[in-house]
Amino acid sequence: MGLFILRRAGMMLLTALCLTFIVFFLANLYPNLEKLAKTQGNFRMSEEEVATWLGNRGYTQPLFVKYGEWLGVVPGAVIEGTDGEIRGRCIREGIAPEEASTYCGILQGDWGYSTVFQDNVGGIINIRLGLTGKLMFWVMVLMVPSALLLGVLAGMREGSRTDRTLSTVAITTTATPEYVSGVILIAVFASSAVGLKWFKGTATTAMENATFENFFLPVLTISLYGMGYIARMTRASMAEVMTAQYIRTARLKGVSFPNIVMKHALRNALIAPFTVIMLQFPWLLNGVVIVETLFNYKGFGWTLVQAAGNNDIELLLAVSVVSVFVVLITQLISDIGYVYLNPRISVS
Amino acid sequence: MEPLSWFEIITRVFIQFMPVWVALIVLFTLSIVYKRRLGLYGKLFDSTIGMIGFALVMFWVFTGIFGAMDMIITHDPLAQVSGMKNKVPGTPISGAEDGQYAYYLFGGDNLARDVFSRMVKGAWVVVQIAPLATLFAFMVGITLGLPAGYYGGRLDTLLSFLANLILAFPVILLFYLLVTPEIVATGIPNYMATVLFVFPLVFVGVLLNSRYKTQPSIRTPLLIVVLGVMGLIYLSVISQAGTAVAILPAFMDFINVPGNILVVFVSVVFVNSPTVFRIVRGLAMDIKTRDYVAAAQTRCEGTWYIMLWEILPNARGPLIVDFCLRIGYTTILLGTLGFFGLGLSPESPDWGTTINDGRRLLAIYLHPAIVPALSLLSMVLGLNLLADGLREESLRD
Repeated sequence: MGLFILRRAGMMLLTALCLTFIVFFLANLYPNLEKLAKTQGNFRMSEEEVATWLGNRGYTQPLFVKYGEWLGVVPGAVIEGTDGEIRGRCIREGIAPEEASTYCGILQGDWGYSTVFQDNVGGIINIRLGLTGKLMFWVMVLMVPSALLLGVLAGMREGSRTDRTLSTVAITTTATPEYVSGVILIAVFASSAVGLKWFKGTATTAMENATFENFFLPVLTISLYGMGYIARMTRASMAEVMTAQYIRTARLKGVSFPNIVMKHALRNALIAPFTVIMLQFPWLLNGVVIVETLFNYKGFGWTLVQAAGNNDIELLLAVSVVSVFVVLITQLISDIGYVYLNPRISVS
Repeated sequence: MEPLSWFEIITRVFIQFMPVWVALIVLFTLSIVYKRRLGLYGKLFDSTIGMIGFALVMFWVFTGIFGAMDMIITHDPLAQVSGMKNKVPGTPISGAEDGQYAYYLFGGDNLARDVFSRMVKGAWVVVQIAPLATLFAFMVGITLGLPAGYYGGRLDTLLSFLANLILAFPVILLFYLLVTPEIVATGIPNYMATVLFVFPLVFVGVLLNSRYKTQPSIRTPLLIVVLGVMGLIYLSVISQAGTAVAILPAFMDFINVPGNILVVFVSVVFVNSPTVFRIVRGLAMDIKTRDYVAAAQTRCEGTWYIMLWEILPNARGPLIVDFCLRIGYTTILLGTLGFFGLGLSPESPDWGTTINDGRRLLAIYLHPAIVPALSLLSMVLGLNLLADGLREESLRD
């Protein structure tokens, strides 16, 4: 087991390295740098001015050197610019050039400086992840129990009318992407045109003070999309368990139907959905980006859009590192959890 | 003129869709009459769910095709009519000229364009791109997945690592990195297209070669003709005057894909193919242990023949089901691109872009966003139901 986790961790690091390098490469292509220079400097810079601007800030170094600097294995560059000012990777406002440390990459815990928010990336990511964490917590609280309930109810009597109805509901929610369900929900529950002004159409106020009124719609929108999928998985696994021999035995012994479902079937039926719930995280990440944009909730997904839209290289890299680790760690947890829940499978 | 009531709007929309109804009725009558001779497709008409799904999908396919021939639309999707900004459904056009349709059936959007016509034109964008992109993703996935599953070993490790690498990317981040004007300017989408579009050629070439290897008199001319035509189309599609890949001279370059459509297409294929790869690989690993594969191996059949003509046909059930689901997913991805304003031009009538336009005024005017939202929902729902019906019917035998 230890070896398995170790190997997976190694794989994870390798994947993260490759991915960040790809992001780094794409963000450092010259047209992207030019855009960065023009948004940070001014829009009317000529070609030469753009080149000097980039050169003064160390953007024209070779790709691998820059990547090494970001990682913290190559000393941060110190450049005396054509305008006489000394700029360096590690030199920030309030720190004299002589006192700045030599290495400042993620290995030293320095995530860099965001050009859009004019702030340290580490701090931004912390705040935004906290906000998204709040959103995700409530999504899980709403999504998991309702999806399991839906799946178990549909799967305990396969082919019945309840099953047909609930399965159709599940299919409909999986067929509705967040930007569609969000728009429909806002239109019905938040707009003045229909008149049901039960909830608010934006979640900006929910960042400090989340109430049912301003937070329910975004939570519901993300939950709906994931719910259908988990419910279908639960239904399939429940239906399979209900045909097993031991259920028939229990039934012949005269155990009541609710008892069979609760005591005999449920535990075995929940193994498959567990994996699915863990694997839903990467999808939820997508949903988070859409919903946070739609409801103007300034969390992690919103930050991703801002970073990518403005080519804020270091913020973009931090965002991709975090999201890649979220994806890979949930995969790992789902594999390990599967082994613990299902004694028939062993890793080795 | 009085604005139309809801009943009149529905009637008029129904009349506008007349060519679609006719086509649907013809298709369903023919299919139901001959369903016993049509294999899996015919069996679809035994399941209610499958039929509903198929009807929804074909409704949008026909809408797209007829819409592209300018049959259903009431106005030019880009034309702005003064005084029609954000008007509610059924508003008459003041001072309509002769020959101009007198109403905006589903109202006007914030630039005073007809929501109904834009919805119909938007269907064409989806119907054009989604199935083709999915098909390409399947070609890539099958061509790489079969050998990975069949041979295993180093090849499998390498390809699986690459597939997992792409899958670990959040899709939206990938889109933001790939589908920007700056990236299009570097020519990366053209290079990616050059690589990805080779796969159909390789697939068809290997497929035919392994089948007719023993009959050189048929194989050689067949391969020359098929690969020649496909190669010409391939070169013509990837080569664009004025971009990084300009191989063909202008007079031979008869297919011109606009740069932003190409980048959308390429990135959608790129995102979809690793999942297809994983499915095909899993199926190949499962099927290669069957007895009929062992029998084929003892008959000394070529490895590509075994992969393409023994394993692939036996994996068709799950693949067909996944194909339907994946078209739906691709539709969702296209909508996502539009929603973030990536790739397609801002005035493109596709549903994602229209939803994005309409959502800003959602609190006051519902119709510009809700009409494309419901269209997208019904199309994806149709594909999901169709896949469900197919799954049920293919499990039955």
